[in-house]
Amino acid sequence: MQIPAPFDYARARSVDDAIALLEEHGEEARLVAGGHSLLPMMKLGLATPEMLIDINDLTDLTRIRVDGDVLRIGAMARHADLLSSAVVGEQYRMLHEAERVIADPVVRNRGTVGGSLCHADPAEDLSAALGALRAECVVRGSGGERVVPLRELVTGPYETVLQPAEILTEVRIPIRPGAGSAYLKVERRAGDWAVASAGAVVWLDGETISEVGIGLAAVGAPHSVAAATEDAVRGRQADDETIDLAGEGAAAECRPTTDQRGPADYKRALTGELTRRALRTAIARCRGQEA
Amino acid sequence: MTATEAREEATVGFGRRIRKEDARFLRGRGLYIDDVKLPGMLYGAVLRSPHAHARIVSIDTSAAEAHPKVKAVITGALLESLKLAWIPSLSHDVVAVLATDKVRFQGQEVAFVVAEDRYAARDALALIDVDYDVLPAVVDATKALDPDTPVIRDDIDGKTDNHIFDWEAGDAAATDAAFEQADVVVTQDVLYPRVHPAPLETCGAVADMDKVTGKLTIWCNTQAPHAHRTLYAIVAGLPEQKIRVISPDIGGGFGNKVGIYPGYVLAVVGSIVTGKPVKWVEDRAENLMSTSFARDYHMRGEIAATRDGRILGVRVNVLADHGAFNNTAQPTKFPAGFFHVFTGSYDYPAAHCTVKGVYTNKAPGGVAYACSFRVTEAVYLVERIVDCLADELDMDPAELRMKNLLRPEQFPYLSPTGWEYDSGDYPKTLRTAMDLAGYPELRAEQAEKRARGELMGIGVSFFTETVGAGPRKHMDILGLGMADGAEVRIHPTGKAVVRLSVQTQGQGHETTFAQIVSEVTGIPSDDIEVVHGDTDNTPFGLGTYGSRSTPVSGAAVAVAARRVVDKAKIIAGAMLEASPDDLEWNRGTFSIKGDPAVTKTIQEVALAAHGPLELPEGVEGHLDAQCVYDPPNLTYPYGAYIAVVDVDAGTGVVKVRRFIAVDDCGPRINPMIVEGQIHGGLADGIGMALMEVIAFDEDGNCLGGSFMDYQLPTALECPSWELGETVTPSPHHPLGAKGVGESATVGSPAAVVNAVMDALKPFGVRHVDMPLTSAQVWRAMHGRPFRTDLAITD
Amino acid sequence: MQVQMTVNDQPVTREIEPRLLLVHFLRDELGLTGTHWGCDTSNCGVCVVSMDGVPVKSCTVLAAMADGRTVRTVEGLERDGELDPVQQGFMNEHGLQCGFCTPGMMITARALLDESPDPTPAEIREAISGQLCRCTGYENIVRAIRWAATHPRPAAAETSEAVSS
Repeated sequence: MQIPAPFDYARARSVDDAIALLEEHGEEARLVAGGHSLLPMMKLGLATPEMLIDINDLTDLTRIRVDGDVLRIGAMARHADLLSSAVVGEQYRMLHEAERVIADPVVRNRGTVGGSLCHADPAEDLSAALGALRAECVVRGSGGERVVPLRELVTGPYETVLQPAEILTEVRIPIRPGAGSAYLKVERRAGDWAVASAGAVVWLDGETISEVGIGLAAVGAPHSVAAATEDAVRGRQADDETIDLAGEGAAAECRPTTDQRGPADYKRALTGELTRRALRTAIARCRGQEA
Repeated sequence: MTATEAREEATVGFGRRIRKEDARFLRGRGLYIDDVKLPGMLYGAVLRSPHAHARIVSIDTSAAEAHPKVKAVITGALLESLKLAWIPSLSHDVVAVLATDKVRFQGQEVAFVVAEDRYAARDALALIDVDYDVLPAVVDATKALDPDTPVIRDDIDGKTDNHIFDWEAGDAAATDAAFEQADVVVTQDVLYPRVHPAPLETCGAVADMDKVTGKLTIWCNTQAPHAHRTLYAIVAGLPEQKIRVISPDIGGGFGNKVGIYPGYVLAVVGSIVTGKPVKWVEDRAENLMSTSFARDYHMRGEIAATRDGRILGVRVNVLADHGAFNNTAQPTKFPAGFFHVFTGSYDYPAAHCTVKGVYTNKAPGGVAYACSFRVTEAVYLVERIVDCLADELDMDPAELRMKNLLRPEQFPYLSPTGWEYDSGDYPKTLRTAMDLAGYPELRAEQAEKRARGELMGIGVSFFTETVGAGPRKHMDILGLGMADGAEVRIHPTGKAVVRLSVQTQGQGHETTFAQIVSEVTGIPSDDIEVVHGDTDNTPFGLGTYGSRSTPVSGAAVAVAARRVVDKAKIIAGAMLEASPDDLEWNRGTFSIKGDPAVTKTIQEVALAAHGPLELPEGVEGHLDAQCVYDPPNLTYPYGAYIAVVDVDAGTGVVKVRRFIAVDDCGPRINPMIVEGQIHGGLADGIGMALMEVIAFDEDGNCLGGSFMDYQLPTALECPSWELGETVTPSPHHPLGAKGVGESATVGSPAAVVNAVMDALKPFGVRHVDMPLTSAQVWRAMHGRPFRTDLAITD
Repeated sequence: MQVQMTVNDQPVTREIEPRLLLVHFLRDELGLTGTHWGCDTSNCGVCVVSMDGVPVKSCTVLAAMADGRTVRTVEGLERDGELDPVQQGFMNEHGLQCGFCTPGMMITARALLDESPDPTPAEIREAISGQLCRCTGYENIVRAIRWAATHPRPAAAETSEAVSS
């Protein structure tokens, strides 16, 4: 097996401790949470941090709870925790559907919400789902805390707005009752990265779509959402014509690249198709029509 | 009585038996190659070329040599001085152990480091500096013979192109005549892309040259330990009696672990140079990028038929991509293996094939995946073009097959390309599969779904395998005949040991061979020890691949066991003071005809054979026998498979809903093991049909070098397999058994591909190349499928 | 650096390099070679062990990260020489051939059954979907786990005595 280059290791005892260690060791230090994005890259020589700061002891960051009208997910919550959380499933079904197709069950025991978001792989599913839900990220550094909308977190492949000595501590999802949501992914085999994924969340006011979120993974959609399509759909009737419009819009907005998962034209068409299906299901669930 | 006890029956031979070897695996006590730890052992690592084709300008190993934990660094220059830079391949070519002049595929071995631990060995690789002069790569096999294409094998004197061989079989004139007469001719290009056996355990060895005794012990997870020993002797000039090859437990072989890889030779050299044992175990990238791939056959199939669906002839032209060195393990006379069994399971008089082998800048081919010596390619080709013919004639594919299948009275059947199929009742097997599947109901469901625009497909595959290589006069690998030995010895206390040449990689040899001996001698299976894998302790043989263990070693064991019983009869006669002709034998006990109360068990005979009992003239003491079995023919397991798929018209995603497999491998020594073998092979079919491929970009970069890129099926892609059986014994095998290890891998890809093509019929799609990923299916539906052997482009 | 952990109910303490992977720690340092490795990209799952009761891919965990934790490997499935029902199930249902993926499969099976004692075949397939097998086609692995589900370890002696008295 391939192995990482040598590095130093420290365990953070608290969030502040983690920040202090990051500051002390600078750009050559990386946080390691679940490690299932970072360690594989290190084994292949694609990442060579000189120091790893293990934050797995920061159990105060693992909580998942509803706090007023906010669903608060600690950055150290494992994917498996999200998947098994009744609270999460009650609020937004799409999060469960997304989690179920992220990596595989064993990897989900280690991978964390914060780790996946901050690793910012272009095919990462949770960013798309949380982006659709307009989540916010709480980021802490030595200077204090700031809140970054999830839609502004990722600036490019494997790049975020986080400064070297900052740590994502929590993801906050606004709770608005009455939502219907769904997440769909096409992959070459179970556990693979998406060829394309689409997630949709919708609120209805009668027959009108009062609010909508559309997340897209793996197809180069800026910030993993179809923002222009959302704008086009909002305020329209929740009917077939709107659903088709959403599909066309998502297909037009994404910027897929051709690779061994598929050619760009397929990914684009697939994005449209999955968006239509996700939105259709979200609308049906919103109406209480679909299990 | 426990469940285990309930399964056991006294002196039962054939039948479902719990495997003896399971206990150690279940308790974590298997001994796989990376578990082998010898005192003072060092670790080796191979530096590999990042380029597919490049001249080596210089190699600077000084920094690696200076690493405090590094004990040796070996380059091609050192090997050249030992005349070991090149070794013979299995196909009368040569393979570079370490590149000297050029690198010829991405991943080729360039240098070898030996260090104190595995981490240091890998660290040291990064300290070796190689200066390459990159050359254009030859990646597209169909262009390998174009003029002005770079010559890959300029190491071969006088080589001016990338051509390896031309081969043909069958009767070209008769085939041409058949095609002239045909009402219908269907031509179809069919690619069986490059795939990889990918056992979960990678290849590795521990070499231990003892300078004092001169003995070289090589632990290696090879499927063919004896062949390796002989080859090391020939290649390295070491005396063969001083070489011991030990195969420990093997974590899957599938043909990947047959050949001698450069890493093994390097471990041997490393041990000679350092005076310590040296372990080399490859990582997964090395396994996928440099060890023996499978398939890579570009085939053009043509099928001629009458209007009402009688096949008149089949013609195939193949372009075979062998990679940078010709290292396929084929019997010498057959550079395209057994491909000429492409005539399949059908009755028609004329066939012809040509195979042209070419070099490309890719990893060299070893034994094909699940071996089968190109039978997989042959079966895939014929089953695809038969379906294409069905499509052309608008005939049901099962009906078309039934119309053309060989009839039982035609066996033994001499095929148009010279194979003598031993036995089979093909129509019965196909009918059995169709009944199990509920074929008419499936077609009715399909019609209903089609009317609603839903895509459901039913695919049939009927295959005939040719396995159990093989008769010595026809079959040798590098001059070593493919006959295998077995020894059966009964101990004084009536327990037995059977020593085999074949090496198990999960097929359950420790159980099945004990069952064979038990069936023949009446000694309980639990009292029989099976020894294999160590060349010091076992008779010579060519190893386990090509489903040959049961047909060859199984036969050898059965014959040896029968010889033991024959000798026991003589000794029993001496004990009972009766003529052996007056004795009866019943499941381990001799009795005097007409006086059943007077008996001697084989255990009693064994004790007497070691004692002072006076034996007849010419009969020696003890109770053992051996056999070197030279199979008179290959055996021909066969089967009928039916796959049912649902294709999502919007996304192209294929789901395999059901898979019905009816196999005929003759009598089943251990039905549980046979079924397990079939289950595994069926999963291969899904993998190859839907997701597996090693493709290359135009620079020769390997695009399938990890399990992220080389996709294998999980439990979620596989349905619950539905198995059936028919039993047609082989007339020439002592047990009538035919072997089954590869049948499912051979027969299943076509069933799945045929099913998907069937589903896509409304789109007018006749053939699309594997793997049928959702992208490929979608593109097929839109009339623009892509080449799967090259990088996907827009 | 030093790590301390509990492996198969035994405390262990060792000096290690931070980059040492847990799978290598278990195999090379502790001699527990029942856990295997098979890929470079955390896909194959032959390295699965149980850490704090949960299956993890030990090739993607640093030994350093296991400091202070509890690890169970295949060698720790049996109790006092008696096979776990999962092990017995794999034996009875021919759930293994070459045995290389088996330790990881059994660890995941044990964790699944501890959480969900009566899983459907579909649930079993999903639970093992992160682990590859090249020999069995998965069918008998599913049957083996179903066998273990229907033949759980008998209740403790005291309980059954209380019930029968």
